[in-house]
Amino acid sequence: MMQNKHNDGRQVLVCCGTGCLASGSKQVFEAFKSQLESVEGVEALVSTKATGCNGWCEQGPLVKILPDDITYCLVKPGDVSTIIQKTILEHEIVEKLLYRDPLSKKRIKSHHELNFYRKQKKVALRNIGEIDPASISDYMEREGYQALNKAFSMLPRDIINEVIKSGLRGRGGGGFPTGLKWMNCFEQEASRRYIICNGDEGDPGAFMDRSIMEGDPHTIIEGMLICALAVGASAGYIYVRDEYSLAVENLARAIQDARDRSLLGRNIMGRDFAFDIEIVRGGGAFVCGEETALIASIEGNVGEPRDKYYFPSEKGLWGCPTVINNVETWANIPVIIGQGAEQFASVGTENSKGTKVFSLVGKVVNTGLVEVPMGTTLREVIFEIGGGILRGRKFKAVQTGGPSGGCIPAELLDLELDFDSLAAAGSMMGSGGLIVMDERTCMVEVARYYLNFLAGESCGKCVPCREGIRHMLEILSRICEGKGRSGDLELLENLAETVQEVSLCGLGKTAPNPVLSTLRYFREEYLAHIEDHLCPAGICRDLTRFSIDPIKCTGCGLCKKSCPADCIIGESKAVHSIDSTKCIKCGSCVDSCRFDAVVINQEVGK
Amino acid sequence: MAEDAIHAEGEIRTIIQAYPPEKRFILAVMQDIQKTYNYLPRQALLSIADYTGEPFSRVYSIATFYKAFSLIPKGRYNIKVCDGTACHIKNSSVLIDQIYSSLAIRPGETTPDGMFSLETVNCLGACAIAPVMMVNETVHPKVSSSGILEIIKGYREGADDAE
Repeated sequence: MMQNKHNDGRQVLVCCGTGCLASGSKQVFEAFKSQLESVEGVEALVSTKATGCNGWCEQGPLVKILPDDITYCLVKPGDVSTIIQKTILEHEIVEKLLYRDPLSKKRIKSHHELNFYRKQKKVALRNIGEIDPASISDYMEREGYQALNKAFSMLPRDIINEVIKSGLRGRGGGGFPTGLKWMNCFEQEASRRYIICNGDEGDPGAFMDRSIMEGDPHTIIEGMLICALAVGASAGYIYVRDEYSLAVENLARAIQDARDRSLLGRNIMGRDFAFDIEIVRGGGAFVCGEETALIASIEGNVGEPRDKYYFPSEKGLWGCPTVINNVETWANIPVIIGQGAEQFASVGTENSKGTKVFSLVGKVVNTGLVEVPMGTTLREVIFEIGGGILRGRKFKAVQTGGPSGGCIPAELLDLELDFDSLAAAGSMMGSGGLIVMDERTCMVEVARYYLNFLAGESCGKCVPCREGIRHMLEILSRICEGKGRSGDLELLENLAETVQEVSLCGLGKTAPNPVLSTLRYFREEYLAHIEDHLCPAGICRDLTRFSIDPIKCTGCGLCKKSCPADCIIGESKAVHSIDSTKCIKCGSCVDSCRFDAVVINQEVGK
Repeated sequence: MAEDAIHAEGEIRTIIQAYPPEKRFILAVMQDIQKTYNYLPRQALLSIADYTGEPFSRVYSIATFYKAFSLIPKGRYNIKVCDGTACHIKNSSVLIDQIYSSLAIRPGETTPDGMFSLETVNCLGACAIAPVMMVNETVHPKVSSSGILEIIKGYREGADDAE
């Protein structure tokens, strides 16, 4: 009996974001469900919830036990019975499932004690990982829809002014002041207005929108409702990438639940206000993230952008004034209205208020989603929250802003992250991808990668983007293949400037950024490819040769085991060597060696 | 083949008619058809044009504009290797080479026995567990250049791990 009493209100939260699901969290969740059911007297008291992404995908599947505040990492279905026996029934901690700090070697009980979480400030992600996204009551328990309720007591113009006062700027990349967009839409003469949520997250390396749509769909609905109330719109659309199947599923359920509770439809909250939301699944075209292209796509046209002689807030969907904001922007709205603009604006820098969610990925120890106040330095994000570079390697650059952004070198690690500072460094905020690169990343190849991406995604409507990107890609490809010529860099710069100046939409205008920023900060690396025919990072295959340093090699055999081409020769405990005729230059040996014995281009290069 | 086509026509109609006959639902209809057949049969495009009253050329241009659609059938196991930035710098291109060495298909191709097809995708939004690969609906996290051969072998031996 005592035991049961203690269990009243206890929760088992299993992270079921895409990252954890891939690591098997669904099986863990089901194991909890079924095994708890069979424990007499407990099943009614302990609730098991599948939550959205906690952002710490590296250590998934994650299981949190509340109110004990215990976080278990890398949980397997086989661990479930131990957790139930020890933690749920006996109130003890299962030490071996706690995170072990690699530096102090100590086990850490709660994720709240980790640097990864401690330095973060959650606003847009406030509910994610804490609630069951499929439960509208979970959302309501955490002040959900109270901001909407408050908005009903405000005049439309006051709601918009509150958003203007908060200083919120669009989180999708452009950084346009959100409130001004709303005001512009509000002031148009029109009989119909529309609201759009841009969830066509296309930047490779960014997944905060997916996480919000999956993990807290109601915050988006509430944000859109508040805007609809303010500008006088009656219909809204959420445009989601179809690849994000879990996001589509959770949004659809949330919309239905909101309708059932009179939060969407007619007479919302008993007031004379009608608004409904429809989901549009995108067809996988990067350019559709551009707002005019997205609007064309919703209308049933090919998703090509148009020149912006007028803004969507003047003439958007079906020619009507339309407010289109990004997912993360919408997630901030209920907080701004609920807690007031002043509180929101108390965080951040002069011209960039609030927080920003970054997806911290690449060669960093702790990968995942992090939300920090604007103005946090890159160093804090990468080294304090991210825990530094994998395998203790040297930091080389961080790429921000997706394909339209640029690479920022080590000299600028103390840069404060906000819209303006990133632009000044030749990059951009974009949607908030932070891709950390180490000495094993080739900057020329990174530029080639982005241009290859953009060449495939250019819709082809305007010539400078379609042809310019293709030609830049051609030059970069030949540099990577060791066929670069003198004069190539000047030609690249020339082309880049032209594409930047005369392209029709944002895709083309920003496409040269990866090239220009890498040329600006890593010119020697380009020259090494062209003049010395060497890829210093050991990535460009034609310019790379791996060999094993006989002094450092201990003959442990790890490289041999990881080599997919079977090209490493050597007996156990004897010095190994690489048969370069069979080597596919994948670099598995470099990554697996613990003694830095595999060296790149250190013998005579080709 | 011909019998299949006749059989499919009724099914395709059912999928199309789940939506109102408006231009703006073409994308949604195509997605449903793509999900059912793993590609867009020509017959489906003709039926969509007929149902919505849009010219066939416009329907065709939508089908070819979006990456999600294929006009040729995909294999039983559709392998999507993520080539988003995070996966790319963790060497996802090596995975593509490994698939070529094992199955002799490049992105966009299908094995002659119809078992596997390969495509690259821009970003699956699972960057924290890069490099990632999807086979049908199953996500494989942190795939290594030797691990990928095991995964393919698993599918080839008919170990369908669909849930």
